[in-house]
Formats: sequence, structure tokens, C-alpha cells
Amino acid sequence: MTAPVLSIRNLSVALPAGGDRALAVKNVSFDVMPGEIVCLVGESGSGKSVTASTVMRLSPLTVAGGSIELEGEDVLKAGKTRLRQLRGGRMSMIFQEPMTALNPVHRVGEQVAELLRAHRWQGKGVSVEERVAQLFADVKLPDPERLLRSYPHQLSGGQRQRVMIAMALALEPALLIADEPTTALDVTTQAQILELLRELQRKRGTGVLFITHDFGVVADIADRVVVMRHGEVVESGRAADVLHNPQHDYTKMLIAAVPRLNPREARPLSGTPSLSARDLQKLYVTRGLFRGTREVRAVDHVDLDLYKGQTLGIVGESGSGKSTAARCIARLIAPSGGSIMLDGQDIANLNERGLHPFRRRIQVVFQDPYRSLNPRRTVGQSIIEGPLNYGISRDEALQRARQLMETVGIDAAALDRYPHQFSGGQRQRIAIARALAMEPEILVADEAVSALDVSVQAQVLDLLESIRDSFGISILFITHDLRVAARLCDRIAVMQHGRIVEFADTATLFAAPQHDYTKQLFAALPGRSWLEGRTAP
Amino acid sequence: MPAFLRHPAFRNPSVLIGGGILLALFIVTVCAPILSSLDPSAIAPRLRLRAPSEQYLMGTDALGRDVWTRAIYGGRISLLVAACVSVIAVSLGLVIGLVAGYIRWLDGPVMRAMDGLMAIPGILLAIALVSLSGANLTTVIVAITIPEIPRVARLVRGVVLSIREEPYVEAAIGLGTPTRKILVSHVLPNTVAPLIVQGTYICASAILIEAILSFLGAGLSSEIPTWGNIIAEGRAVFQRAPWIILFPGGLLAVTILAVNILGDGLRDTLDPRMKKRLGA
Repeated sequence: MTAPVLSIRNLSVALPAGGDRALAVKNVSFDVMPGEIVCLVGESGSGKSVTASTVMRLSPLTVAGGSIELEGEDVLKAGKTRLRQLRGGRMSMIFQEPMTALNPVHRVGEQVAELLRAHRWQGKGVSVEERVAQLFADVKLPDPERLLRSYPHQLSGGQRQRVMIAMALALEPALLIADEPTTALDVTTQAQILELLRELQRKRGTGVLFITHDFGVVADIADRVVVMRHGEVVESGRAADVLHNPQHDYTKMLIAAVPRLNPREARPLSGTPSLSARDLQKLYVTRGLFRGTREVRAVDHVDLDLYKGQTLGIVGESGSGKSTAARCIARLIAPSGGSIMLDGQDIANLNERGLHPFRRRIQVVFQDPYRSLNPRRTVGQSIIEGPLNYGISRDEALQRARQLMETVGIDAAALDRYPHQFSGGQRQRIAIARALAMEPEILVADEAVSALDVSVQAQVLDLLESIRDSFGISILFITHDLRVAARLCDRIAVMQHGRIVEFADTATLFAAPQHDYTKQLFAALPGRSWLEGRTAP
Repeated sequence: MPAFLRHPAFRNPSVLIGGGILLALFIVTVCAPILSSLDPSAIAPRLRLRAPSEQYLMGTDALGRDVWTRAIYGGRISLLVAACVSVIAVSLGLVIGLVAGYIRWLDGPVMRAMDGLMAIPGILLAIALVSLSGANLTTVIVAITIPEIPRVARLVRGVVLSIREEPYVEAAIGLGTPTRKILVSHVLPNTVAPLIVQGTYICASAILIEAILSFLGAGLSSEIPTWGNIIAEGRAVFQRAPWIILFPGGLLAVTILAVNILGDGLRDTLDPRMKKRLGA
């Protein structure tokens, strides 16, 4: 029997005093065998990232007990010099955000070469430069000769992550730790990176510890799965077993929360649209003093109709113009052309004064619940801000705020607290309550669930659905995630390069995508075959 | 104990030391008539250039005036100028910075005007203004304030530019909140901490520039005791009576040091970005 690359036994890591629990990681044990991908799954705060950074000894937290053995050597007992040799040499790590993990002032090729030199890398008849070029070719970077001399900001997110992988694999480590390496990437890029990781890892026999919160990704790449909750391992086993036959209730809950791929039937349209955008355009023009004029068409001739009580989804990757379109419709920015009809009035070209009566009818829920509430104001102040602007008395506004807090499932007594005292999911509920306080007809949800854990995501989606049905409002739902869109939307518009490339009922779109780009998006869905296997409720 | 005294700023040693020294100086200058029975302008030629003694703590100057009395009366001018300049510069800079940062089309013209002001050396501008309209306290304060305004305006504009991109400001726009109210309730609170810090540095530089103006003869008239004037008059007899320069010079140095220590302490405790960097 082969020895494990990484063997963690009874690992406990202490949190600083005053944390929400005494141990960040409690009695965690698992192995990573050579040539195996082990997925560490859990929600935020489950201790999965702490476990990984403790293996690398990068975590500032103190280890309270247990052992971490890398190829039989106890990492926790290694001295500073030995640790430096181990890091990069025998184990290496790739991070979620490749922009911040690379030094912006050095060329990427030089950064990889620097690593080789620091570890006194000796190739048989191969120079450091040749080795770097070979690594860049291995991670399938296009035009490696040119990219070697590029700076990080000149590369796309996917390319940067490929450079990080090249760097991590440069010294052929026995263990690769990947901490949510694809979370910040678009779906199609994510699929490519996952494929690359799997291919390189098979070829080299590297053991991989892959941290993720996405069961789709797990289904795609994991050999074995370790599920963590509140710092403890609740379930572990072969990927197929855990995915198809989860034992622990928590695992079952996490898997149940993954949106199914059976889209809802679109409910019939009735009456006239409550809002209709025609020929909507947004151009960004930059005029440099010494450069020519550059023009970017963020939104290019977009037509949308939003019906009462319906959810219209806009799906696209970053840079597709979906958020810009939504912000034009909510009139947070002024469109460059086209019309937005609301009740027979074109609001596309109104100034702030003219917009005032329309503002309360379209409300926005933003992506990042940590930043969309002013940290210096109480939740109550945030919720009543809008109603006060429309001449509603303070008492009445507070009364309504209390009701709304109940509606979104938070204790009304919490109105006097500040945003930092709530979890991400609760904050998003508060942001929804703030939008509802205006009694809008249209709710624009701009990636409103993207920053949330899967289980919380499911709850917020349920909330949005029940609000739509009980208040009879229309929702314009912007997302990059087809799975999420399937769950809530009646109709979906797929956007690419500022244009709507496909528009159809959700069911029709899922059954038979027409446009090539839509097909690509479906093909890139993580865990597609697993999801399809469990579409039946 | 009032609530604001529980703020971490009041546990920071720099804040306590710097603030303590300034408070002591303030009390001494306010109580000048009690601490000295002499008239700061009374000339006594027979007592000229006396070395420091029990009777004349800091000696006497070339006209026989008591340096201690003159120094503590002079401190009044220094502290008054410092307080006025920092309050006026911060208020005006705040308004200009808010307007420039939030109202897009005003940003260019306003900030270029500020750049223009910054290009003029502060002391030169002060000398020009004082020579145009005569040396009284108001002119001196105005002269020192004007070059400080662009610094504050730039600082505030920077904060406004970063805050206006925050989703919560965008949310407020979506809630129909008028621009004026967004500035006051969402943007303004974020500028308070950096402004307090900047205010203390302006204080220090105002004291110094006032002293330099007096020393150069471009400040308040030489009959009024200010630290700069005392030092300027002592320059001629420096070899024979160094105490005339050393004592007010020392006071000047201590005051500026105290203000800067206070400013550093406030920066560490009030500016959240610094807090993160220090890991506190």
C-alpha cells in the first residue's frame, strides 16, 4: 500500500479569544494519497480554509493539537528553513484571487523563474528560462513567449490562474493545495481550469487538496470528499458515495440546496408589460489627451419586457453587460440611447428631479451584502431612509420596517443593530426589506445571491419567490449562474458582449439551447452529469 | 464618565502625551496674567540682558522686558492662530472637497484651481498678502489658511471618490435620497477621522509659519509679543544673551512636537486603514 502524501491526524486549531467558538478546527483527520483529489467542502466559517493554510503553516492561528505529516515528515515540527524548502518544493498552494497572489510590478515569467532560483532548481541541461517556458506551455497558456513578458494586469483572470498553477507545479510538489481556485472565475473559464488541473495532476501523480463550497465542482473532480461544518469533519468518503448517498444530515442539506437543473414551467404572461426597454444602449467613451477615443459598447441594442409577477433572468459572464443593463433600467446610470417605458412614461432620459417619483417603483438588491448597507447606520435607519424621502412619517416608516423584518425572517428587535452584527444571508434579507419598504413594482436583483453560501442562497431564493408571489412584483434577476436562474426565472435572456444572444422560456432554454454561447455555458456547468442525474425531484 | 472618553483614542499613549502637553500649554497661556505680574511690553533699560534667575525665569531681552512673560503671552497668539487656521482650513477644504468629489462636472475646474494654489509657496503667499493689507491678526490667519485649504480639499475629495462608488451610496440614490442628504449622512461621516488627523498637522504647520512670518518681519508688528517676534529680536544679541532665543524656540519646538505626537496617535486610533495595517 502506498503511503499518503498528506496525513492529518486529530488536528485542532485555536481561534483567538472572543471568537464565536474556541477552536477553528477541531479533531480533524484525513489523508490525501498520491494522485488523488480530495475535496474539502463546507460553507464559510466551516474551517476548511484554516485547515489548508495550517498545512502550509501560513495561518497565524495557533495549533492546539494533532499532527500534519507531509510524506511522513511532521510539518508542525519543521523549522523556518525547512518550511521554506517544503513550501513550493514539496507542497504548494493556489489561491482564490490570482490578481492579488501575483506581484503586480513584476513580469509573470520572472516571478516563476524567481521561485525556481530561490529553491536552487537544477534541471538536467535545461535552463531556468527554458523550464519556465515549458511550464507555461504545460498549463496551456496561449503564446507563452509573449505572456512570459507580461505583467499580471495584462492577463485575463483565467490566464492568471494558469500562471499560478504553473508556479505551484514548477518544483513538482507532492501536494497541491487549491483554495477555491475557480470561485472568482467565469463558468466557462472555471471548466477549463478544472480540466487542466485534473489533467496535470493525473500526469504527475500529485496529491491535491481542493477546497470548495460548490458540489458541482466536487462532482466534476473529486476522488474523495471531506465535508466540514463548524470546524469538524461530519462526513468523508468516496466522491460517488457522498454525492449519491450522503449519510450525514448536514451533507444531505448541502446537496439538497444545490439548485436542481429542472427548470420551472414559465407561467403565462398576462396584460401589458409593467416595464419595457427598447433598443437600450450604454456606451463608455474614454478620451485620452494623448490617445485616441476609445469606445466600449457595454449594452448594445437590448430589448426587454418585464411582466407583473414574473421573473426575467439575465444570464451572462463577467463583461457581458448584464449588470450595466440592469443599472440602466434601475436608472442608477443613464443609458446612452433607447427607451425605458414605465407606465407610458419614458424614464431613460429623465433627470434626477424627474426620476424622483419613479425611483420608488424600481428597487435594487445588490450583490455584496457587506457593502450595500452603510456600516455606520443601524439597520432600521437604512430601511426607513427611502420611505422618509417620500414624505412618510418616521413612526409609520418604522412600523412598516418592523413588519418587513418579520416578512424577511429577522426579529424586528434587530432594527437597532448595525450591519456587522448580522451574517451575510441576514444582511441580504435586510437589503431586500429595504427595497420592499418602498413598495416597488419592480425588483432588480443584481447577482443578489452570488456572494452567499449554497444553503443560504437557497433560502434567499425562496424568500424572493415568496415575495414576488405575495406582493405581485416583477423581478429582474441578474446572475452568472444558470443553476440559480433555473430555480427562480420564468424567462431567461442570455447576454454576451452587450447583446442578448438568446431569449426563451427557462424550460425551453434548458431543453434545447439554440445559440452556441448558450450551449457553451451549459457544457461548462460544474457537475453537469451529476446534476442531470438528479433532476427528478 | 462621558461616553466619548471611553473611545480607544483616549487610551493611546501618543494621544495622552501630546494632548496633555497641549492642554498644559493652553492653561499656561490663558493664565498668563496670573503666572506673571509683569507687563510683557514694559521696557526697563536698566534691567536689560539679565541672565535667567529666580526673578526672571528666562532672563530679560535687549529692552529689559521679561522673556518668560513675553513667551507666555506670545503663546496665546500661536495657539489662537493654530486653532483658527485649522478650523477654517478644514471647514473650507471640506466643503470644496465634497463638492469637487461628488459633483462630477465641478471636479476638474475646482481641483485645477486647488492645484494652482498648491503651486504657490505658502510663506511667499503669506508675505504677499500681509504686505498688501497690513499685518494684523486676521491677515496673518487668512494668509496661513489659504495654502492649507488645497491639502484638505484633496484629502476629502479622495475619500468622497472612494465612498461614492460604495454600493450603499448607490442604494441611497436608488432610494430617492437627494444628493445633499447623501453627502451629509453617507459621505461626510467617513471624512471625519482623516480630517481630525489632518487638522492636527495643519495646527503644527500654522504655528510654525506664524513664527516664521513674525521672524521675517512679515507677521504681526514687533510690539506684539509672539514667539517669532521674540526670536527675531533676540537674534541681534544672540551671542551675549542666547536665552532670548532658546526659551521661546524651545517652547515652539515642544508645541509642534506635541501637536504631531497627538496627530500620530489620532491617526492610529481613528483611521481604520491604519488600524488594519497595525493589526490592532
